[in-house]
Amino acid sequence: MTIQTPVASKGCSDVPVLRERGQREVFCGLTGIVWLHRKMQDAFFLVVGSRTCAHLIQSAAGVMIFAEPRFATAIMEERDLAGLVDANDELDRVVARLLERRPDIKLLFLVGSCPSEVIKLDLSRAAARLSRSHAPAVRVLNYSGSGIETTFTQGEDACLASLVPELPDAAPNAGKSLIVVGALADVVEDQFRRLFDQLGIGPVSFLPPRRTSELPTVGPQTQYLLAQPFLGDTARALDERGAVRLHSNFPLGIEGTTNWLRAAADAWGVSEQHFNTVVQPPQERARKALDHHRERLADKSIFFFPDSQLEVPLARFVSRELGMRPIEIGTPYLHQQHLAAELPLLPQNALLSEGQDVEKQLDRCRAAKPDIVVCGLGLANPLEAEGMTTKWSIELLFTPIQGYEQAGDLAELFARPLVRRSRLEV
Amino acid sequence: MQLTLWTYEGPPHVGAMRIATAMEGVHYVLHAPQGDTYADLLFTMIERRDKRPPVTYTTFQARDLGGDTAELFKNAVREAYERFMPEALLVGASCTAELIQDDPGGLALALRLPVPVVPLELPAYQKKENWGASETFYRLVRALAAPHAPPADWQRPAREAGRRPRCNLLGPTALGFRHRDDVKEITGLLARLGVDVDVVAPMGASPSDLARLGEADFNVVLYPEIALSAAQWLQRTFRQPYIDIVPVGVTATREFIAAVATLSGIDASSLLAAEQSRLPWYSRSVDSTYLTGKRVFVFGDATHVIAAARVAKEELGFTVVGLGSYSREFGRELREAAKAYGVEALITDDYLEVEAKVRELAPEMVLGTQMERHIAKRLGIPSAVISAPVHVQDFPARYSPQMGFEGANVIFDTWVHPLMMGLEEHLLAMFREDFEFHAGAGPSHLGHAASAPSDAAPAQAPTREPAQAQSTISMTPADVCWSDDAQKELMKIPFFVRGKARRNTERFATERGLATVTIETLYDAKAHYSR
Repeated sequence: MTIQTPVASKGCSDVPVLRERGQREVFCGLTGIVWLHRKMQDAFFLVVGSRTCAHLIQSAAGVMIFAEPRFATAIMEERDLAGLVDANDELDRVVARLLERRPDIKLLFLVGSCPSEVIKLDLSRAAARLSRSHAPAVRVLNYSGSGIETTFTQGEDACLASLVPELPDAAPNAGKSLIVVGALADVVEDQFRRLFDQLGIGPVSFLPPRRTSELPTVGPQTQYLLAQPFLGDTARALDERGAVRLHSNFPLGIEGTTNWLRAAADAWGVSEQHFNTVVQPPQERARKALDHHRERLADKSIFFFPDSQLEVPLARFVSRELGMRPIEIGTPYLHQQHLAAELPLLPQNALLSEGQDVEKQLDRCRAAKPDIVVCGLGLANPLEAEGMTTKWSIELLFTPIQGYEQAGDLAELFARPLVRRSRLEV
Repeated sequence: MQLTLWTYEGPPHVGAMRIATAMEGVHYVLHAPQGDTYADLLFTMIERRDKRPPVTYTTFQARDLGGDTAELFKNAVREAYERFMPEALLVGASCTAELIQDDPGGLALALRLPVPVVPLELPAYQKKENWGASETFYRLVRALAAPHAPPADWQRPAREAGRRPRCNLLGPTALGFRHRDDVKEITGLLARLGVDVDVVAPMGASPSDLARLGEADFNVVLYPEIALSAAQWLQRTFRQPYIDIVPVGVTATREFIAAVATLSGIDASSLLAAEQSRLPWYSRSVDSTYLTGKRVFVFGDATHVIAAARVAKEELGFTVVGLGSYSREFGRELREAAKAYGVEALITDDYLEVEAKVRELAPEMVLGTQMERHIAKRLGIPSAVISAPVHVQDFPARYSPQMGFEGANVIFDTWVHPLMMGLEEHLLAMFREDFEFHAGAGPSHLGHAASAPSDAAPAQAPTREPAQAQSTISMTPADVCWSDDAQKELMKIPFFVRGKARRNTERFATERGLATVTIETLYDAKAHYSR
């Protein structure tokens, strides 16, 4: 079941990539709902799927802490499949019940799943129909978070891509504007907003917005910065609206954040001197924070299992700013274009792998005996039991890690498992 | 389609995983799309297992659907066999693979592997986790033990003189609620009785252990949800009787011992005289008086609910005001049990329905799953967890069984500690809106969970307090209003019974066609409903 072809990839970097196909120990795109529903506070996510889908979201992040979550599953049953009932009528009924319970919802996402895709339930038509019947109170959109089409963070990509056609047109004389694309913690968003203000860059908006009434406008004068490396479809949809992508690294670590801000500064013609005046104080703080962790992390080897597509910029950060040694950098999907600024900064001797055959990758990991392994929750405890130190990759999605003020926190995420291991004497 | 916020059970293939993961030497190849591997973390994170579940997933993607997913499955089976060399293979499909109809069983059998291959048909759109676990265990037992079945006219001979009786313990799985400790407790109990445990299955059993299940004198079904159908088959095939008394609580444990003694022809009287649980004395101790008639609502799987309701009533002196379960398969047993408490069993897997029931009944304690714990937390009601679905907290480091005499001790502590101590309750009743004891502060032992910040200054609230209003809104007759002084008097009633007092008073007023509740009405209602 494995097609293993190390290919020298074309494009701007000449890094050879190991491409594997086998068992992929990754989440599907439905998982993104866990953070997206917290980010967009008037949106509701209704998965149209099976009991497995409901069980996945409930288990993925132990999210049972919320009083009543803004997500749910319309679980398909035998009679929906056997055509005994019209699945569309059923969906209308479920949505009506849901909206009755939650009059605060302004935007409803119908989220496609593996079973809904396989039976070819047309959720885009359903969304259009439901939008009409619940207008103007509720807008209904759809996207697929199915495992057959999306891996983990690609669910966010699909969700944001479905929002792009909803963005209002920018007025023809509106002038330049910037959109930061990709869900960020509110605190990180606020920090970036302050930096852009100080740099004189604006107006700046964020996609996704905290409230769906605050959707950014878009037009040919719009430039956008990707805050996350997994947003291929969203970028394409924005390009189609005439927006222009600013090429850059991703805002992880001092170097990544600086290059990311500089891409916008250059587009806005900010002088080098002014740029440096603005970024120097936070850079200095970040440097101090990193110094603290570099001692512990320098020269430690690190092995990334594929998970969130954050692996490449993370490997760049840990190697260049913390002196760690990436052994393998696994990613579920290698977006050469969006990673064009990242790939040349990776250490030469690290193996870059795309896709997964988990058993073979575990063999490589065991043979490499890395000091720390970044992997999913299904693998972490078994690897710890084998004596390895692990960092759960999902925490990198649920923790504010972008920007200068979080550089130290990001380093700490890698340092903590090592510190813990050295502390424990049992 | 069913609108679901939280589910009590996973899909049936997760049940199959609970069997495979509990066992040794079994591997499960699951035809499933990318993403279904999430199920691994249930075992590695919730149960903190140090090994991955023995499951290989095909993790097909959209691009594979156009190609040959059957070939993908066959390769996965072949590679899994070569890598893990299991003694037996389980093969099956998850919900999505069921739709593409690749026939995993047929494909795997066609590979002619040198080990038993057990195909699983687990209809994902009809059935759920516990059914999947039961079906998987039954299929495995059948496949592995059937070759050793005696002829149809065979009779089980009497036990040879001098040999200790032996039994199998059936039902404990991975991710089970306290299964690990129940097995230890019951094994110890049986040993003291003079009965040996031959095979524990599925937990810790290998395929070869399942093959010799028929050798034991009888079976003990610890968890009927998982093992009843396998035990019934063993009874038919090997003339092997089984005991399905669930030994949760002192009385049920004693009944269990008596049943074991009868089946194995031994005298249990000295053990019954010697075995002690602290529960009976602790319940009789005067400090427990305040437990009398505490109104409890019980929800969970059928086994634990039926057992817990009995313990609550007979061994702690509570009043069971509601009982329910998500185990539809045991509807008959549940309805039967509910009759003993004069209530109707709530059989549903709709979390919202359970929540509505708890609001309606306003019990003084909720015994439920992690989901009911959340419901109770929101409503500020004390609660204890008695059943799966499980949470990382349900795998305590300490020995903490539910079954046997030690289990009864554990239950006493677990259920009583969340409740307000008797004297604290009296002081609250005497001093009411004291500056430390008030609804906003909540009982000390419940921490912040019981406090409702919006409720912090109830005396100033002219109409009704928000927290209670929310829970009563659907039941409050619209035409009853409260006079100012009645409203003030209501506020003097301890907050933890205020909701009930309000409801009772309003019902009393409505029944008598009173438009306004006065202080008189309040106390008339109190007298009317006093027990």
